[in-house]
Amino acid sequence: MQIYLPIAEISVNVFVLLGIGGMVGVISGLFGVGGGFILTPLLFFIGIPPAVAVASAANQIAGSSFSALLVHLRRKTVDVRMGGVLLAGGVLGSAGGVQIYSELREAGQFELAVSLLYVFLLGTIGVLMLNESLRAMRRRGDPNALLMPRKRHTWAQGLPLKMRFRTSQLYVSAIPPFVIGFVVGVLAAIMGVGGGFIMVPAMIYLIGMPTKVVIGTSLFQFLFVTGFTTVLQAVQNKSVDVLLSLLLLVGGVIGAQVGANFATRLRAEQLRIGLAVLVILVGFRLLLDLVIEPDELYSIAPRR
Amino acid sequence: MRPCAALLALAALASPAPAQEVVTGISTENIALTADFTGSEVLVFGAIRRDAPIPVGEDPIDIVITLQGPPLTVLVRRKERRFGIWLNAEEVRVRHAPSYYAIATTRPLDGILSETERLRWQIGLDQAVRRVAAHPTIADTADFSEAMVRLRLENGLFVDAEGAVSLAEETLFQARFNLPTNIVEGGYSAEYFLVRDREIISSGAIAVTVQKAGIERWLYNLSQTRPLAYGLLSVALALAAGWLAAAGVRLARR
Repeated sequence: MQIYLPIAEISVNVFVLLGIGGMVGVISGLFGVGGGFILTPLLFFIGIPPAVAVASAANQIAGSSFSALLVHLRRKTVDVRMGGVLLAGGVLGSAGGVQIYSELREAGQFELAVSLLYVFLLGTIGVLMLNESLRAMRRRGDPNALLMPRKRHTWAQGLPLKMRFRTSQLYVSAIPPFVIGFVVGVLAAIMGVGGGFIMVPAMIYLIGMPTKVVIGTSLFQFLFVTGFTTVLQAVQNKSVDVLLSLLLLVGGVIGAQVGANFATRLRAEQLRIGLAVLVILVGFRLLLDLVIEPDELYSIAPRR
Repeated sequence: MRPCAALLALAALASPAPAQEVVTGISTENIALTADFTGSEVLVFGAIRRDAPIPVGEDPIDIVITLQGPPLTVLVRRKERRFGIWLNAEEVRVRHAPSYYAIATTRPLDGILSETERLRWQIGLDQAVRRVAAHPTIADTADFSEAMVRLRLENGLFVDAEGAVSLAEETLFQARFNLPTNIVEGGYSAEYFLVRDREIISSGAIAVTVQKAGIERWLYNLSQTRPLAYGLLSVALALAAGWLAAAGVRLARR
């Protein structure tokens, strides 16, 4: 069943979109990641213009983080104050990112920039994950290996502008969360990702937040930053395809449930190796598209 | 599908020479484009009036029909290999190229119309992209306009339909144009040309309004005219859909 996406201006099979949403949902349910970094390249592969894919993915993330955030709010595992600092950085970063996006698009280099960023990002994440899960597999059998000491004192503690974060039981400088929020905001606008792959480790290892509030707090930041990014993209670049977002969202929510069910039954390290390989393959495919001479050298863009 | 059939008729008043054929009416029917649709069809038809019976041995008449969408200025970009990767290196601006251009004829165009006539009346795909801006450093701008025609042909926005005009009894003619879904809305113009002895003996045009119908047209228009409202609506819909889908899954599990 074909559906016409009004902003992307192409007809796509509904089940392909639901399937992609579902697949990314399964991944996010299995691994507890948002999956934006895999969703957007898959949209490129089915022919959605990258500019539209990126902006619509941000909208999709806003929707998918909402219901998860509600669960965390009920469990009181959201540090709203910390989320606020992250968000302040995120909003600024997103505004800057949308500006960069417009300029790259005008210059005809958006596709190139986003492909390069994805090749770099997917390559790094894939290799790190593969390395980590291979190590974990080797460590298995040693019961103490998983007990990682959590450093409560990091270099970030020495910075000024200290704030008290009650939920996280921390008294730390507001600068690191602000900067992390900013970086993630830029990525949300340019790449259409939530940015959990950067934010979650940074919150744990750099800021020293307790693990139980990390997911809830990052969902808080995702929801508002991607929502803000969506509105900005719609206003400035007119590149949000709401039909695309909604179809991905429905597929994604269902997929996430399936993934969460599987996750309890399957072995974590092997799954993670699978994801790492998938991430590397997607990155490699994007790299090939950049390096191999394309069949068609010319392209048409409307002058705005 | 909501067929908003518009029947437009217009008498071609110009009759260049006596005892010659004149198109008495030309009409179109158009169907609004909707989402479950992969495109739509525009039918252009008309009749030739004759003051006298067809003389024996006279050259047959041929018909050329073009359908053009609203003009757009576009950038045509070309990739080049730099630092080992392929990136957009050069761009050329093409002004006022029709967003849609279809040409249908009774027989191959170069067999029925002389080149001078063709250029004078600006008929043909190359004529649709003739306004290529001069560029200080790019010498081969013709490659860019050729590439534009090729790309447009590929995605169905330019159509070359030689032999697609049917002409019955040298009197009634019609041509069908399939519009793809990604067309630009607005005022289209259907033109017809009557050709004999490699020259155009009569011509005329009618306006056709092409509209996309349904929710996606509404969404598109909202995104263009009230982007802030569209953005807020997108976020609100995403939140509602995310919440509903999660609630639905929770219900289904119980």
